[in-house]
Amino acid sequence: MKKLLIALVTLVPSLAFAAGGSNVPLESANIDLRDTESLQRGLDKFQQYCAGCHSQQYQRYNRVAEDLDISIEDMRNNYMFDETAKVGDLMENAIPDADAAKWFGAAPPDLTLVARVRGEDWIYTYLKSFYRDDSRPFGVNNTVFPSVGMPHVMEELQGLPEPVVESHDGMTKVTGVKPGTAGSLSAEEYDQVVRDITGYLVYSGDPVKLERESLGWWVMGFLFIFFIVAYLLKKEYWRDVH
Amino acid sequence: MVKNIIDWIDARIPMTATYNRHVGKYATPTNFNFWYFFGSLAMLVLVNQLLTGIWLTMNYVPTAEGAFASIEYIMRDVEYGWLLRYMHSTGASAFFVVIYLHMFRGLIYGSYQKPRELLWLFGMLIFLVLMAEAFMGYLLPWGQMSYWGAQVIISLFGAIPVIGDDLTLWIRGDFVVSGATLNRFFALHVIALPLVLVVLVFLHLIALHEVGSNNPDGIEIKQNKDENGWPKDGIPFHPYYTVKDIMGVAGFLIVFCYVLFFMPEGGGYFLEKPNFEAANPMKTPEHIAPVWYFTPFYAILRAIPDKLLGVVGMGLAIAVLFVLPWLDRCKVKSIRYRSMIHKLNISQFAVSFVVLGYLGAVPATPALTIAARIFTLTYFGFFVALWVYSKNEKTKPVPERLTH
Repeated sequence: MKKLLIALVTLVPSLAFAAGGSNVPLESANIDLRDTESLQRGLDKFQQYCAGCHSQQYQRYNRVAEDLDISIEDMRNNYMFDETAKVGDLMENAIPDADAAKWFGAAPPDLTLVARVRGEDWIYTYLKSFYRDDSRPFGVNNTVFPSVGMPHVMEELQGLPEPVVESHDGMTKVTGVKPGTAGSLSAEEYDQVVRDITGYLVYSGDPVKLERESLGWWVMGFLFIFFIVAYLLKKEYWRDVH
Repeated sequence: MVKNIIDWIDARIPMTATYNRHVGKYATPTNFNFWYFFGSLAMLVLVNQLLTGIWLTMNYVPTAEGAFASIEYIMRDVEYGWLLRYMHSTGASAFFVVIYLHMFRGLIYGSYQKPRELLWLFGMLIFLVLMAEAFMGYLLPWGQMSYWGAQVIISLFGAIPVIGDDLTLWIRGDFVVSGATLNRFFALHVIALPLVLVVLVFLHLIALHEVGSNNPDGIEIKQNKDENGWPKDGIPFHPYYTVKDIMGVAGFLIVFCYVLFFMPEGGGYFLEKPNFEAANPMKTPEHIAPVWYFTPFYAILRAIPDKLLGVVGMGLAIAVLFVLPWLDRCKVKSIRYRSMIHKLNISQFAVSFVVLGYLGAVPATPALTIAARIFTLTYFGFFVALWVYSKNEKTKPVPERLTH
């Protein structure tokens, strides 16, 4: 135990060198939380392509419906795959962790907060960076997340990109992806799908953001007035000191 | 009627006398400047932490299984739970901002010097307890950085010879950070340490009001009294400094609420990104960095190649502040009337502290490690140099009365 902890502490600085994992530059996700239709499409695609494996166990169906302007019926009929779930339940309809770990090597992480952990640009770029790699179990790899354990679930939409390989000093490295087989969507359409999903995940990570900021302006306004009043009060009282 | 009630109470406890001694007739120097806002602001932030903490406790679940989810429950399902949580998390960082500025004020105006040594010591104890309080509080969200930060920091105690291993085991209550650790940190964070903190703040104020406030000129206003025994350069704390502090509170809240409502993560420094992922004992984050207010000391720890010496160095960096009143042998308090070398020394100390704070937050590289070593030396160099030159320091004449 002691050795492990010492190793841990001494490893901290060296681990830091490995930070980042991949140095692929991230593309700007350019999402808009006010674009409710985009978030609705994001929910739709998320439930279709992601929710089978990834839970969103910290948020509830009815809260999402309310925030995204979807009727409860719509939510129940189209996005709640678990027949026994109630609209007030948490969105934990994914496969059991134990099974998932058996199939993928590791349990697919919960995605409620992924945008706050990874950042929106990471998610956007990640979903666009799968490429063909026959050495991997699912035949795909990812430039942003090397040796990723998940398949390219949206291959039918995007097609399967090919890796861009560069050689340096005899070492080959995948530096990006280029178009490979065609999917059912054009590149622009696929970008929009990815942007919608990213926007939805940013919403999931911090659902109160818009409300918080609009309340924030009122608070700031009040405080500025309060400051002026406090300043004048102070000035009035201090007249007889100086 | 009101007077009768007051008389009735005063005959039983010294209510009016206490009010006059500490507020109504507490003689305060007339020349407090910007730096003097941070004492009252520290009190404000303390009250904020206590109140929001109480309400957070109502919905928080202190178990390894439930902690992380309960935070998200507070953020999403509790009415204005997000506001309480962000007030508390932003308040933690604000507490250290305010305390560091408050300590710096004491440093530049010599507020630690005789007769305020005990006042300074109580303040240092508050700082120490506050660090423990913040450290334990940071474990409670049970995120990745909560978990691994605690793992690393607690393991530092293992560097202590002979008892190290048993000590870490005793602190954690387990062989690794676990639910047992979370439970005890919760108990200490919500009851034990806040109690100690409040008692120390009380003592800090009692000590302050006994010796009287220092001021930017560093002279004692009690040495110049009028025929009624009231200091000529003094004004009652209320209403003068109550109205002035209210203005300070308004200014502070503008900054505080801006962070709270528009950037509650504080750029990843107040709430670190990996902490939005639940603690996973099997998965070490790529870069473990303590929260920003610990990074200057963490940089000192990392700068020293030997683990035990690193821990000792980090401890010394805090301990040496305790003996500051006895390291500074100069009779003049305020930086205004002290030598150029003292001004330079304080400046380099401030720079060292900030740079160390930066270095402790970023991954170490060989070049940055050398930088951390240099600034560790200048950090400690401040105290050594102070002790050397302060004995026969060339100071300017100190005024009889306050200047404005």
